[in-house]
Amino acid sequence: MNIQNSKKPNGLTRRAFLVRSSASTVVLSMGFGFVPELANAATDGVISPNMYFDLDSDGKVKVYVTKAEMGQHIGTALAQILAEELEVAWEDVSVEYVGYDPRYGFHFTAGSYSVNWTFDLMSRAGAAGRIALIEAAAEKLGGSTADYSVSKGLITGNGQSITYGELAAMGIEPRALDEDEMGAITLKSPDQRTIVGTSVQALDIPAKTRGEAKYAIDAMVDGMVYAMPVTAPVRAGATVKSVDDSAAKDMPGYIKHLIFSDPFGLQTGLVVVVADSYWTANQAAQKLVIDYDLGPNANVSLADIHAEGDRLLADRSAGSLFVNDGDVDTAMAAADQVIEAEFTTGPNLHMQLEPLNATVEIIDGVHHIHTGCQFQTALVGMLGALGITEDKIVIHQYLLGGGFGRRADPDEVFMAVLLAQELGTPVKFLYSREADLHTDFSRPAVNIKLMAGIKDGSIDAWDHLSASAWYFMRAAPANLTPDLSGDPENLIDVPTISGAEHWYTIPNQRILQFNNAVAQAATPPGVLRSVSAGCQCFAIESFIDEIAAVLDEDPADLRRRMLDGAGKNAGEGPSAGGALRLADSLNSVIERSGYGSEQPENTAIGLASVPSQERINAAWTACAANVTVDKATGEFKVNKLTITTEPGTIINPDGVKAQAMGSAMWGLSLAIKEDPKFENGNHVANNFDVYTPARMSDLPELDIEVVSTDNYPTGMGEPATTVVAPAIANAIFAACGARVRSLPITAAKVLAAMNA
Amino acid sequence: MKTLNVNGESRQVDVADGTPLLWVIRENLAMTGTKFGCGEGLCGACTVHVNGVAVRSCQTSIDALEDGAKITTIEGLHPTNEHPLQLAWIEEQVPQCGYCQSRQIMQAAELLEINPSPTRAEIVEHMSGNLCRCMTYDRIVRAIEKAAG
Repeated sequence: MNIQNSKKPNGLTRRAFLVRSSASTVVLSMGFGFVPELANAATDGVISPNMYFDLDSDGKVKVYVTKAEMGQHIGTALAQILAEELEVAWEDVSVEYVGYDPRYGFHFTAGSYSVNWTFDLMSRAGAAGRIALIEAAAEKLGGSTADYSVSKGLITGNGQSITYGELAAMGIEPRALDEDEMGAITLKSPDQRTIVGTSVQALDIPAKTRGEAKYAIDAMVDGMVYAMPVTAPVRAGATVKSVDDSAAKDMPGYIKHLIFSDPFGLQTGLVVVVADSYWTANQAAQKLVIDYDLGPNANVSLADIHAEGDRLLADRSAGSLFVNDGDVDTAMAAADQVIEAEFTTGPNLHMQLEPLNATVEIIDGVHHIHTGCQFQTALVGMLGALGITEDKIVIHQYLLGGGFGRRADPDEVFMAVLLAQELGTPVKFLYSREADLHTDFSRPAVNIKLMAGIKDGSIDAWDHLSASAWYFMRAAPANLTPDLSGDPENLIDVPTISGAEHWYTIPNQRILQFNNAVAQAATPPGVLRSVSAGCQCFAIESFIDEIAAVLDEDPADLRRRMLDGAGKNAGEGPSAGGALRLADSLNSVIERSGYGSEQPENTAIGLASVPSQERINAAWTACAANVTVDKATGEFKVNKLTITTEPGTIINPDGVKAQAMGSAMWGLSLAIKEDPKFENGNHVANNFDVYTPARMSDLPELDIEVVSTDNYPTGMGEPATTVVAPAIANAIFAACGARVRSLPITAAKVLAAMNA
Repeated sequence: MKTLNVNGESRQVDVADGTPLLWVIRENLAMTGTKFGCGEGLCGACTVHVNGVAVRSCQTSIDALEDGAKITTIEGLHPTNEHPLQLAWIEEQVPQCGYCQSRQIMQAAELLEINPSPTRAEIVEHMSGNLCRCMTYDRIVRAIEKAAG
């Protein structure tokens, strides 16, 4: 039995439905589409003044959240934004997560974009509700709306009062605000806010302390069977030639195996075992004898990937031009001195703690999909390409047991749908940890070469070359964008170069991006917390300290004089203020960490200051890492991380602090703990024994400050992830002179660099 | 057929020999507060108490449990979910994705039974086997310290 080639996308290619991730496009697509949805009559005492919330006769408000809840408490933040303008008591607010509803537009949760993309929208949704309710009150009580005001759901005026709940019980007349009226609403000024900017407790937390929180893995459907993937011994490119299941056939509960051919080509070489329990499937999987054609990548190692990157960067001819300010070649030729360094990282893994899974039940032709998905719009598009129309899809969205970008690729979900169709029975498709790891879309391994031309003691020219696998080339080729060369064949992959465009003022600056075809084929790339910036910022911020050492200048001073906010570094939109805001964060950590003061022997403080992500949604983040190195062994200890982050308006300071803490620890883990070895076409690790994220024993002292300003909010899911690795690398250099230019930083690399 | 005492209730289970306790709890008893994370006892997401001792249920074969073994899962830690650790977890706003947190609480509950006033070093020693991929460790330490008073 197999379902090889049983389903082909009918005409549509993935590029037809994967939409651009640029913020402007997405925001436009959301618009004010909720306006015509204005409801009137009360149904069971519940009204929906617009599709972002319901109001019941007790005055309770339920806010509809279209973002995936995966640890960032986004439901709480979005509800705070809406409740602020609606004028209700926070105690009356709850949230409900929307699986998929096209009325809400683009369902996508990643990139620290959630608040950035929806702050204005949710504010106006709340305000529109308030306006409609006040108008209804004036209608019922007499007088004009100007006579009435509202506080915490109680409307008063003309010596009378009525509550939101009473209005809900009575029902209100439809009142649609048109787009102009929506845009004309005056939102509260920062000093008028009472809910935004306060650390209300996260609504999702209590259930998570009781074992009551439901994740997709907890979905139970009557009559379901369990299916588990078995992966090939290479990450990509294998095909299954044959499967002998004779040793499994006698196992009670074993049902069958399937050779799975992914119609989208996202995964290769999968066999799926079906049984009456997960454990039986797991045991049966070990009894299968599978013959593979290992394909073209079977001998690829990380060394090969980096060798190809070296070749590309040395040759330069294949580069696409991402940034080209001034005249780098002329400035380099005229430089007093040119400094050069090359940095590498490996294919890091998500390893979210909830293994990939999805449960699917088909009822009367309707596909009920139980999942925790970061990108429902892509999922629905992919299912459409398989001939399943939107009216035949119901997505039941659950909490995610970690996402970190992995569940922006819904490969496990459409596979579960195909399995349910093929098996004719409800199915829970559940990965083992090993299968989860070996089907991961890793953070692309990079080679980054940086060159700085020094003139009169300053950086006059900056050349940044980066080679890696490209995310959009795999996941959404239509989103590749033309480069600056004018040659339409030269394309840029924004997700794997973002973060390279720093905010230091340097007159001549160029960024070239290269696609590493060896990596593209062998390590299908994904988006992992902080995406490309985690690698780019490691290289840039390390290199700044290297340059400072050559100039014999304090790295803090070198940063400060280049963070002047001149020209394009003044920023615009949410990033207005630009580099000067980053300088503020840098100065904050310098002051708090004791940078510049005498430290114990072999101990030093290293700095880094980063915009974290793209220039359009910068979160201004700086770190001072206090590290002690044992010069005899290269062993080192991160004693303390002092971090300041400023993402504009903060909705929930405690929630932001939690994200900064978690992302800082992610940064530390990627910097010194997670070693993504890749050999013979595959990740060497199978589980958490070889791939080793930070444990509590790795926890340094943390001093984290989050700063709110009146700027439009950006995002806080990722920023501190990008800043920690270079700060640690710079501290190690300051402590012992060892410059480690590859992640993770290990004692062996420190020792080798010390002796270099 | 085996009889287990699960959160104070006698439950009969009929599963294949060698089935890990994790899957008995999740699939046969339909109690989903206990989670699958790694299947090899490396992450701690499946931690429950067997006769008062915190164990990795993914590594605990049903065969190894005597009849009447006393199993406590997060659902049975406290009758009204007001164990001092559960309250401290909310006060300190510990969970992020939350997938590991109930088992972090179970691991910590064992610690406080053995050692009601642990030092920070003792907390770290006891808890480092429980992976939190959101890396909320700082707040886990604080919540345990708060619950220990």
